[in-house]
Amino acid sequence: MVTGVEAERVVGRSLWRKEDRRLLTGGSCFVDDFERPGALHAAILRSPHAHARIVEIDATAALEDERVVDVVTSDDLPHPLPRIPMRMFRIDGMERLLQSPLAEGVVRYSGEPVAVVLADSRYAAEDALELIAVAYEPLDALLDATAALDPESPVLHPEAGTNLAGEIHVSFGDVDAAFAEADLVVEERLYSQRHGAVPMEPRGLVAEGADGGGVTVWGAAKVVHTNRRILAALLGLPEDRVRLVELDVGGGFGGRGEFYPEDFLIPFCALRAGKPVSWTEDREENLRALNHSREQTHDTAIALRADGTLLALRDRFYFNTGAYVRTHGAVVPNMSVALLPGPYRWGAYDCTALQVVTNKTPAGTYRAPGRYEANFVRERLLDIAAHRLDRDPADLRRQNLIPASEMPYEVGTHTDNHPVVFDSGDFELLLDKGLQCFDYEEMLRWRAADPGPGRRRGVGVSYFVEKSGIARWEYARVAVGDDGGAVAYVGSASVGQGVETVLAQVCAEALGISYDAVTVSHGDTDVVPEGMGAFGSRATMLGGSAVAIAAEAVRKRLVDAAAERLEASPDDLIIEGDRVIARGSPAVGVPLAELIDGAPEEEEARFESPDMSFPYGLHLVALEADVETGALDIHRYAVAYDVGRAVNPQLVHGQIVGGLAQGLGGAVLEELAYDASGQLVSGSFMDYLLPTAGEMPEVRVLITEDAPTPLNPLGVKGAGEGGTAAAGAVIANAVSDALGAEATVLPLTPERVVDLAHERRAA
Amino acid sequence: MTSRKVSIEINGKTYERDIEPRLLLSDFIRHEAGLTGTHVGCEHGVCGACTVQMDGQPVRSCLTLAVQAEGHSLTTVESLAEEDGTLHPLQQAFHETHGLQCGFCTPGFLMSLEPLLGEARDFDDREIREALAGNLCRCTGYQNIVAAVRLAAERMQ
Repeated sequence: MVTGVEAERVVGRSLWRKEDRRLLTGGSCFVDDFERPGALHAAILRSPHAHARIVEIDATAALEDERVVDVVTSDDLPHPLPRIPMRMFRIDGMERLLQSPLAEGVVRYSGEPVAVVLADSRYAAEDALELIAVAYEPLDALLDATAALDPESPVLHPEAGTNLAGEIHVSFGDVDAAFAEADLVVEERLYSQRHGAVPMEPRGLVAEGADGGGVTVWGAAKVVHTNRRILAALLGLPEDRVRLVELDVGGGFGGRGEFYPEDFLIPFCALRAGKPVSWTEDREENLRALNHSREQTHDTAIALRADGTLLALRDRFYFNTGAYVRTHGAVVPNMSVALLPGPYRWGAYDCTALQVVTNKTPAGTYRAPGRYEANFVRERLLDIAAHRLDRDPADLRRQNLIPASEMPYEVGTHTDNHPVVFDSGDFELLLDKGLQCFDYEEMLRWRAADPGPGRRRGVGVSYFVEKSGIARWEYARVAVGDDGGAVAYVGSASVGQGVETVLAQVCAEALGISYDAVTVSHGDTDVVPEGMGAFGSRATMLGGSAVAIAAEAVRKRLVDAAAERLEASPDDLIIEGDRVIARGSPAVGVPLAELIDGAPEEEEARFESPDMSFPYGLHLVALEADVETGALDIHRYAVAYDVGRAVNPQLVHGQIVGGLAQGLGGAVLEELAYDASGQLVSGSFMDYLLPTAGEMPEVRVLITEDAPTPLNPLGVKGAGEGGTAAAGAVIANAVSDALGAEATVLPLTPERVVDLAHERRAA
Repeated sequence: MTSRKVSIEINGKTYERDIEPRLLLSDFIRHEAGLTGTHVGCEHGVCGACTVQMDGQPVRSCLTLAVQAEGHSLTTVESLAEEDGTLHPLQQAFHETHGLQCGFCTPGFLMSLEPLLGEARDFDDREIREALAGNLCRCTGYQNIVAAVRLAAERMQ
């Protein structure tokens, strides 16, 4: 048994996860594992067209099938049709572009829900989809965001009168003057392709009516309490009649857990049918229906002095938001604008984001939203400048890093009308540590060696600043029972990242008890009264802080009570097993059972942190390109990341390597590609390529804790997104270095690599 | 649709059911036998989450019809640990090396890799990665799964 003294070191240790046993033995419960007796099965009829008028929906044949119970179309929903609201980052006017759960009159992307079938099995429900006859009148599809603002282009939402969903403009300093005095200007159009979260578990929901006209929904994720509020409002129910329950969740990554049309339709159908309703999407639906992300086109330039000093950054970019504005409003372009400056000092900055609707699947966040794209843009420009100035890319970066002496550093941008202030950091120290730890000099020597005919070697460096702790509070309640066991009830959510483990570590340390004695409860709105969930690397930073504060309050109350009994100083007492004892004299103590009267001793806390925190990091890669086949072989991939403080280093390491796999997928493999008529052509895993163990290199990771944040009691900054954030940037930089031609488009598929190699020869 | 009577052995227990001939083996295992440790990630045979063993060999239960399993012996992830709860060395190694995060793909990895470890010999990382390459994981980046296999192989020798 871990004693109280040892337990003080629970935080910072790579303890094995509490979640693992059930997941390893088949004892987990994901939503499709969860059954309610007598449940009907739902299947969603989706538009086959990117843009079309719905002339007629005839469900007669489907309803004649005896296995079919109901077919629900927009006519059956309340009118006016409910629209799924934004939960954050609203821009005026976006409310005209929100999606209703079922299309009414017009479909605007291939995959948009048109009807729901309820049947006695999933097989029967899917059969019946083919019996519903929908007459469509196809309309021209608009797919390119840069063309969407052309006056000749069709306006997709006539009530909005424009395809511009929102515009964000941020500027500081005199950009025109800086460009006028510059010795070097690098100007490019850079494109980051549409791809997305693609968690391994498809989405699903089970809903059932509850006593008193309420409803219970299993399968919630990410923002459980927020989604309860949204669902209650859309159903016209009081919030306390709606219960959402999170089960095991098979990956989130930003996409999963937002409020989608199905999150209304399945509970609505359960109430309408008076029976439980179960729904699980298939993979093709997942690829067509889950939020897409990342599709940005930047027209951008930087200005430098001949000595390498960065003067100004100018950018105007298009974010292809798809057919509707979803729950995040403008969070993705906002994050790009806010963090495009990165870790460097700029005298002047001017950035305009244009969020544009098209006939593609609606877009939302995906791990390191807006930053993956922005890091690609900024770090590419810096490397092109380094090539033209004949400078070492790492050295050019070092010259322009914000010095530690200027922390906290006000960047001059903002997120959701809140100024971006880097809270702490020593950017140069991390650069030095990373280059040394990963042996940058050796990488350069490897690069200089002859790789043989048709092979080219390159090295890439990318530096970035991440953010964590968006949405500025979290709830926790900590309860200690008379057996010494503790439960931390928390508003954070699990998306598979290890929340139960990390928050148990925080709770155990604050109480001074063993890790094994703590369990974490989350995700049931009947058990946890409020919460903000898991997104934006916030669960440990905000949830952990709330747990620490609540746990400390309980510990203090118990120890104070024991101190009175023992006539001892509370400072000398600790909780050990089921007693409070004197440190070093275990014979002196009081059983918890004498201090706790029946129900567990509880304290609540609501941790508020108005400011975000900013972890920062470095990706380094050395790779070899085959100019004939376009294949890329990664010789070394390394990530250095300062997370303030790592509660569980093994889990932070896992976040970084796993995040990198996603970033690497985005850099070289993954694309949600459309044909000219607006059909998704990568709607299966044969076409949408996730990295396998064969593509993933062995990654070197350096986790540092040089800059704990002053913004929370734990000093943690959040670690979920740094592995992803600079992968597109660094791969593009290394490929450009190898081929002597500047990559401007992601992903760097074999075709693009071969094209780039030819470009160099042509030049 | 006409139904057909099948008798399928899973983890040593025989399940007799009247099923539609089109019923996928994955659905039989999950919804007829109630063994929900086997997961369905793509239903087109790419992700490997649904991998089970048929007569000791890994198969994709989403690409197999239940009627094809008639007369064969199946094992699923539920059979790996000892009855007293002791984890199989491969499960234990996944736990210790942090070889899983969300855990949705994990049963498929375990059932794909377990026969490999039966060979009881040294594996280099390239061999391990080749053995893993038929299963998709979106969380871990595979590095710790490779480490888990290495550790389990060492211990099982």
